[in-house]
Amino acid sequence: MPEFETHEHDVLVIGAGGAGLRAAIEASAAGVSVGVVTKSLLGKAHTVMAEGGIAAAMANVDDRDNWKVHFADTMRGGQYLNNPRMAQLHAQEAPARVKELEAWGALFDRTSDGRILQRNFGGHKYPRLAHVGDRTGLEMIRTLQDHGIHRGIDVHMECTIITLLKDGERVAGAFGYDRERGRFKLFHAKAVVLATGGIGRAYQITSNSWEYTGDGHSLAFHAGADLLDMEFVQFHPTGMVWPPSVRGVLVTEAVRGEGGVLLNKDGRRFLFDDIPPLYKNQTADNPEEGWRYTQGDKDARRPPELLTRDHVARCIVREIREGRGSPHGGIFLDISWIKEKLPNSAEHIKRKLPSMYHQFKQLADIDITKEPMEIGPTTHYMMGGVRVDGDTQMSSVPGLFAAGECAAGLHGANRLGGNSLSDLLVFGKRAGENAARFAKEHGATQINSAEAQAAARRAVEPFERASGEGPYQVQSDLQTMMQTHVGIVRREEELQKALEEIAKLRARAGQASVGGNREYNPGWHTALDLENLLTVSEAIARSALDRKESRGAHFRDDFPSKDEAFAKANTLVRKGLDGAMQVTRVPAQEMPAELKQIIEEMK
Amino acid sequence: MATATFRIWRGDPNGGKFHEYVAEAAPGMVVLDAVHAIQASQANDLAVRWNCKAGKCGSCSAEINGMPRLMCMTRLTQLTLDKPITIEPMHTFPVIKDLVTDVSRNFRAKIQIKPFKPRKPDAPDGTWRMAQPDVDRVQEFRKCIECFLCQDVCHVLREHHLHDKFWGPRLYVYSAALEMHPLDVEDRSGELRGAGGIGYCNITKCCTKVCPESIKITDNAIIPLKERVVDHFYDPLSRLFRAFGAK
Repeated sequence: MPEFETHEHDVLVIGAGGAGLRAAIEASAAGVSVGVVTKSLLGKAHTVMAEGGIAAAMANVDDRDNWKVHFADTMRGGQYLNNPRMAQLHAQEAPARVKELEAWGALFDRTSDGRILQRNFGGHKYPRLAHVGDRTGLEMIRTLQDHGIHRGIDVHMECTIITLLKDGERVAGAFGYDRERGRFKLFHAKAVVLATGGIGRAYQITSNSWEYTGDGHSLAFHAGADLLDMEFVQFHPTGMVWPPSVRGVLVTEAVRGEGGVLLNKDGRRFLFDDIPPLYKNQTADNPEEGWRYTQGDKDARRPPELLTRDHVARCIVREIREGRGSPHGGIFLDISWIKEKLPNSAEHIKRKLPSMYHQFKQLADIDITKEPMEIGPTTHYMMGGVRVDGDTQMSSVPGLFAAGECAAGLHGANRLGGNSLSDLLVFGKRAGENAARFAKEHGATQINSAEAQAAARRAVEPFERASGEGPYQVQSDLQTMMQTHVGIVRREEELQKALEEIAKLRARAGQASVGGNREYNPGWHTALDLENLLTVSEAIARSALDRKESRGAHFRDDFPSKDEAFAKANTLVRKGLDGAMQVTRVPAQEMPAELKQIIEEMK
Repeated sequence: MATATFRIWRGDPNGGKFHEYVAEAAPGMVVLDAVHAIQASQANDLAVRWNCKAGKCGSCSAEINGMPRLMCMTRLTQLTLDKPITIEPMHTFPVIKDLVTDVSRNFRAKIQIKPFKPRKPDAPDGTWRMAQPDVDRVQEFRKCIECFLCQDVCHVLREHHLHDKFWGPRLYVYSAALEMHPLDVEDRSGELRGAGGIGYCNITKCCTKVCPESIKITDNAIIPLKERVVDHFYDPLSRLFRAFGAK
């Protein structure tokens, strides 16, 4: 029986984005030994692409802001399906987490009196996003990385986990392989934190990098943990649509926060035509008021471009479907128009949105200070994920924690922009702290080596199949299928069809073969990713099928309205004893009276 | 549809050679798209490192027709398609496989640099006050995406292999971001001169030319750091002051 290279850590963190690094720093501060496993090099995780900012009610720009307003905004945005305890902790703790980043060297943009500047974003009542131009994610990950490297944390770069290991009910470690040599690695741990991010690569058009294959969701599911809210996939309203090779690349909401407007081919700001009742009181009813809001006028209400992402994305889809789209099948996002309002508008745009300026200039030959951009919805974020305890972030499997995008609860049916980076910090810290505590309070675990042996045997199977199609074709067909049948607008027959297709794709994935050797072999990696992608795709399709209503990011053409029967229920996915995926409905977390009162006050 | 020929270096630490592949050249394509297309249909095991495909993560550094560049930000229209396009791994770093190199020495060097150390908070609530213009200067350095193209092109590393004596442009940019941080109170001039070997840089500005973030590495980071080192170690007046106990 082969021995595997084994690493011992008290706490093993899987993922090195914002949540993973923040968890590792916190666990290490608690005095336990910490290992971090990352699929890429350190500092390259998807957090790096976050643009707009970190939502935190610091009230630096508008002193009416406080955690209660942030809490109410988050709950409203999530259509009250959020875990209220998480929304509360998030709103309360985000300001301290941002200030802590500054103490670790992050340099945010400043107010005129030298404090951290905050900007407007969709669904946030007051300017709330601490930011660095439009590269806030880079600032955040670099700060955490540069702080973290001095904490004695072991980092295993370019290493992929393929299964979690258990000791009875409890998690006992993880098993994976290093990309450079293709050798298996066994991680023995007392607690494991999943911080693996999202699932965007299950779709054809996405803003997500190759890493976003739902690893944490799938690892947790197969380890017996509950998943929640998997039907809620956020399609960001503004991704690039042209040229084809950049289709899906994100265009930050900050463009709209700085005054950018959405126009159809007739030049009409169509979002004024459709303002949802829940937001009527908070939304400008004319362009002039909307502009004043983006320029900091406290008496003005926000323009409809800054309504929540689910709504804006659906309105864009409607315009395109009804023939009012742009030449390449999107609609127009225009920031250049502000030249009517501001002298030196070109310089202003370049300073506020430097990476957007470069992105369009370099990739699309478009000068955004002079002409409108063409944009359309892109798969962006997974609200659903591992069901965790709101205070500790522990899943239903003892010792297994989850934080950030791969955990569910904070965002409910729809996430507000800016709440993801604060989510990573607040719950990354909590997960790290509680994982360390769990590790200290519980003794060592036993690894069942047969489990690891079985995983190793399965992993090398693609090399042993002499002939068979390559894994890339299966992946690409899955992405197209999900885009077509489980996209922004869903219906019963399509979702049923998706489940049939998933079964066929699963059979194909089981036959896929790869050539070459095990060293740095992306074909092999793609073959191993398929299991995760298929698991999350099935969870999304089954959950979407079960929610026979439209709410937040989940829109059913055959049930276009909200249904009270679903108003207080979350969809739960777990692995049955027979190995099959089971979907049930669970009552949404009850809100304590004091939180209910806040919601009432902020209506 | 138009096609283009790509000469991609494939191999491992023991050696390798160029392989030619023909791929479609669709409108707007970047070099990384072509590499992906080749990987998906002709060479499943072609090793390439990438993440964001939007110029934000700095993973897909390579040498395209001899120039250090990000594959995701190099459009085919910027290149001549009637000749084969050459894609090689960065020369300065040891090859792992195909286009992937071992850049771990950059991570190891970074740990040697003293971390950020802020002054005492300015306000009772533990926060600081900074003016935007002071922040702007350092934000330029913090734009760095750690693609290591500046390290790749630098002749001190590329030709003279002084990896153990010379940190290289990326790590000077990192040092400059710390040294010029409005809140930082640490002094790194000693190691910049010593282990960091900043004196080996003879300001040829190649690093500045290849920086995909347009950071003025030589003018804004390296030269001011060299001046600090000179002030600290070679200025007779400051040596005199230090002799009497001032920092």
